[in-house]
Amino acid sequence: MSRSLIEIRDLSVTFPSEAGIVQAVRNVSLDIRAGEVLGIVGESGSGKTVTSLSVIGLLPDSATVAGSVAYNGVNLLSLSDEQMSKYRGNDIAMIFQDPLSALNPVHTIGRQIAEALLIHKEISVEAANKRAIELLEIVGIPRPAERAQSYPHEFSGGMRQRVMIALAIANEPKVLLADEPTTALDVTVQAQILDVLKTARDMTGAAVVLVTHDLGVVAGIADRVAIMYAGKVVEVGSVDEVYAQPAMPYTIGLLRSIPRLDAASGERLTSISGAPVSPVNLPDGCAFAPRCPAANESCSAKTPELLSISPTRMTACVRQSEIFDLQKSGKLFEEGPPHVAVTSTSDAIALEVRGLRKTFPLLKGSLLRRRVGSVFAVDGVDLLLRQGHSLALVGESGCGKTTTLLEILNMVAPEAGTIAVLGQDVAELSKASRLKRRKDLQIVFQDPFASLDPRLPIGDAIAEPLENFGMSQSEQDKRVIELLELVGLNPEQASKYPNEFSGGQRQRIAIARALALNPKILALDEPVSALDVSVRAGVLNLLAELQEKLKLSYLFVSHDLAVVQHVADDIAVMYLGSIVESGPVRDVFANPQHPYTQALLSAVPIPDPKVERVRKRILLQGELPSPANPPTGCRFHTRCQIRSSLSPELAALCVSDRPSLTPRKHGTVACHAPLN
Amino acid sequence: MSSAGELAIERVSRGQLIRRRFFRNKTAVFGLGVIAFMFVFAFGGPYISQWSYSENDFSSLLKGPSWSHWFGTTQVGVDVFAQTTRGLQKSLIIGLLVAVFSTGLSAIVGAFAGYLGGRTDRSIMWFVDLLLVLPSFLVLVILSRFYQGKTWLLLVVGLTIFDWMITARVVRGLAMSLRERDFVRAARYMGVPTRKIVFRHLLPNMASVLIIAATLNVGGAILAETGLSYLGFGVAAPDVSLGTLIAEGTGAALTYPWLFLFAGSILVLTVLAVSFIGDGLRDAFDPGSLRVKKTVKS
Repeated sequence: MSRSLIEIRDLSVTFPSEAGIVQAVRNVSLDIRAGEVLGIVGESGSGKTVTSLSVIGLLPDSATVAGSVAYNGVNLLSLSDEQMSKYRGNDIAMIFQDPLSALNPVHTIGRQIAEALLIHKEISVEAANKRAIELLEIVGIPRPAERAQSYPHEFSGGMRQRVMIALAIANEPKVLLADEPTTALDVTVQAQILDVLKTARDMTGAAVVLVTHDLGVVAGIADRVAIMYAGKVVEVGSVDEVYAQPAMPYTIGLLRSIPRLDAASGERLTSISGAPVSPVNLPDGCAFAPRCPAANESCSAKTPELLSISPTRMTACVRQSEIFDLQKSGKLFEEGPPHVAVTSTSDAIALEVRGLRKTFPLLKGSLLRRRVGSVFAVDGVDLLLRQGHSLALVGESGCGKTTTLLEILNMVAPEAGTIAVLGQDVAELSKASRLKRRKDLQIVFQDPFASLDPRLPIGDAIAEPLENFGMSQSEQDKRVIELLELVGLNPEQASKYPNEFSGGQRQRIAIARALALNPKILALDEPVSALDVSVRAGVLNLLAELQEKLKLSYLFVSHDLAVVQHVADDIAVMYLGSIVESGPVRDVFANPQHPYTQALLSAVPIPDPKVERVRKRILLQGELPSPANPPTGCRFHTRCQIRSSLSPELAALCVSDRPSLTPRKHGTVACHAPLN
Repeated sequence: MSSAGELAIERVSRGQLIRRRFFRNKTAVFGLGVIAFMFVFAFGGPYISQWSYSENDFSSLLKGPSWSHWFGTTQVGVDVFAQTTRGLQKSLIIGLLVAVFSTGLSAIVGAFAGYLGGRTDRSIMWFVDLLLVLPSFLVLVILSRFYQGKTWLLLVVGLTIFDWMITARVVRGLAMSLRERDFVRAARYMGVPTRKIVFRHLLPNMASVLIIAATLNVGGAILAETGLSYLGFGVAAPDVSLGTLIAEGTGAALTYPWLFLFAGSILVLTVLAVSFIGDGLRDAFDPGSLRVKKTVKS
């Protein structure tokens, strides 16, 4: 075992708030060892970011800190801000989640990196500039000398994160703190950034602390993992051991509740009941006890200590000795009944979209606005949703999937193409019949914090569509109670405002509202991506249950392929405004045809270190091109990984002609290359 | 949980909730009480006073408060108590009506303009800008030829028309940003008509801005009326308003304080009470204001 570089001992951080004292971090003891990658995993509010901020001394002034953070025998917590600056960026460096706000918009990238060098090192400005260019090259920025003269806004999200990494490793730090470095990025870009992070680690030999909520990311890159819950570390150990045999009920539940790409399709997820606790006024005892299936009286009596269970593992659970047996006998986290795959091969069509196009004008001039170009947000989308099935529309951010969804929901004649809802072309609908059709097609939005009116009690929110279609007050009340029960909420809470509910509960309310009118089709716009990891499974299971019970058809928009794998029957993969591949989920995932689908699938991290480490990953070049100026021919040809292996004639065809969706073995694919 | 369904569960609607929350707020109820008292004072006062606002008591000129003249007398022997009650009658009605009407007008016009956007928005805003550049005071003065001698309630109309534009612009901006929020979009996809979206979703979500505007408008309207009255438009002598009383009394505030002090403190008290009510309403509308719940990011 290598020696500890940073020793965190009994670290506690509290913040005052109007609601009471926020115990963000409670008695955390953690070692960061030289050269290792330590993953700190937790949900929002678990204290993972605060822990990393206290190591680098960037906590806000209102924080009260106790305990010690020892680095080379110096307690970093006792240093003044000025003394700490000597360590910051030099010995300990940080990579932030949002690289746009972490970079100064008015200075060039090169200058910002050179500045970091000049502060800590006695070198000339020329040498610093030269080194800055070298660093940009290391992190994979093409034409580094030229790009060093650019400003942050001229870079894309992924490129900015590369710059942040270059900035962080400029002084060859001993410890690199990365706070959710890939959360704001797409999967294909995430794969690139994780790769750069590995390179940076190998180059500098620094210890990397990766703070994230994504167990898949940790599985691929980390050596050790620390799981945090409600401000405490509840389990620490080597990644292999923790993933193979988690010891703390929270870890067990978490690992079993996340959808996995490599799991069998339709398997129902284990859900952890309840919601993450608020870090305000925490009671004595284990904070996870109210949600824990193994909890008994001893759990709420006193806060469990973090104790060693083997030389490499530590957990904080009072009933530790019994957990493994309980787990073996299947008494922890019963799984829901498996999802019954749709067997009916009814050809009744719920929704059909053909050749949909939507462009947004690019305008210029202030007085006379003239059109100087178009953003091709959606250009050639074909979708077919059969009744009772789920169709997943998948793609990275900016590919036009949400625009497609909103176009369908608008129910007006599109710019080009046709939309038919339950066999009825929307272009032919009169105003009155369109209003009636709206009953059949409802939507659940991504962010339940934005989709519910904060000033409307939830009962009124759910009753709104009912009232709108002329239901009497007493019937409305009855239906509201019915709906709340249907989504697993207590009907007595109908007169509460949305802010009294947690994210998962709010999403249930949004689902209840969408179901109020008994729709046939439910459009789900990333319904779980804004939720905490431990409550996602509950919402996904609810959706599966409702589909069976109410014979709903789902149009499921998502960027998370692992989630899609669990809920969808069919999939349509979208790239830059058009569909590149569609077909049954099982076949597409088992045998992806289009090179983009292949790359996308390979980029999704799997929360299993054994699988994740040996998996071959297709790293795509660059990022999504701008839809205002899409590439000619095949939209994907600029990033395609197989084009270089094609014959020159075919490669030329990719640039000149746009491939159309043609039926292949399982579904349809839009690609010129002869695929297997 | 399913057993709960058998019980009769009372679902409280938003209107009832807001009413409950408002009456739970002590200062707001106090403010409401003060305003009610002001009305009783203004309209009941003349009956208990032995003097009328147009009577002169030449035996006591410019005397301080006494048993016979509770608030003292003016230079020409008019009873200040009678004047104050008479003035308060008008000012209360002018102040409250102008505030309610102009805020209501700006809320509705601004919200519709912002929500509908496009051509509707442009033409409405063009009209608003036109009203903004017109010198309102001058227009009122010119128009006063037509309304002088008629009921002074026309003042309410005049003051309202020139008092709503700036708030309307603010409201429009808020409506434009709220329009893009998911909950408004969700309502649209549920087929909720525009009118309902505006009144149910947009206006309650900007309630705090509207309430602040209304509160400020009460004091503003009472004083704006003074300006017109001072020029001889609006309320004409011997009739009085709170505004005219304050305007006349200010000069003697230090030497003969009763001329100014009573009218002045009643104005302050009124505006204060209105702002208490405003605060109460704002808190009643805002679900987060009673129990402040802050989620702290780790």
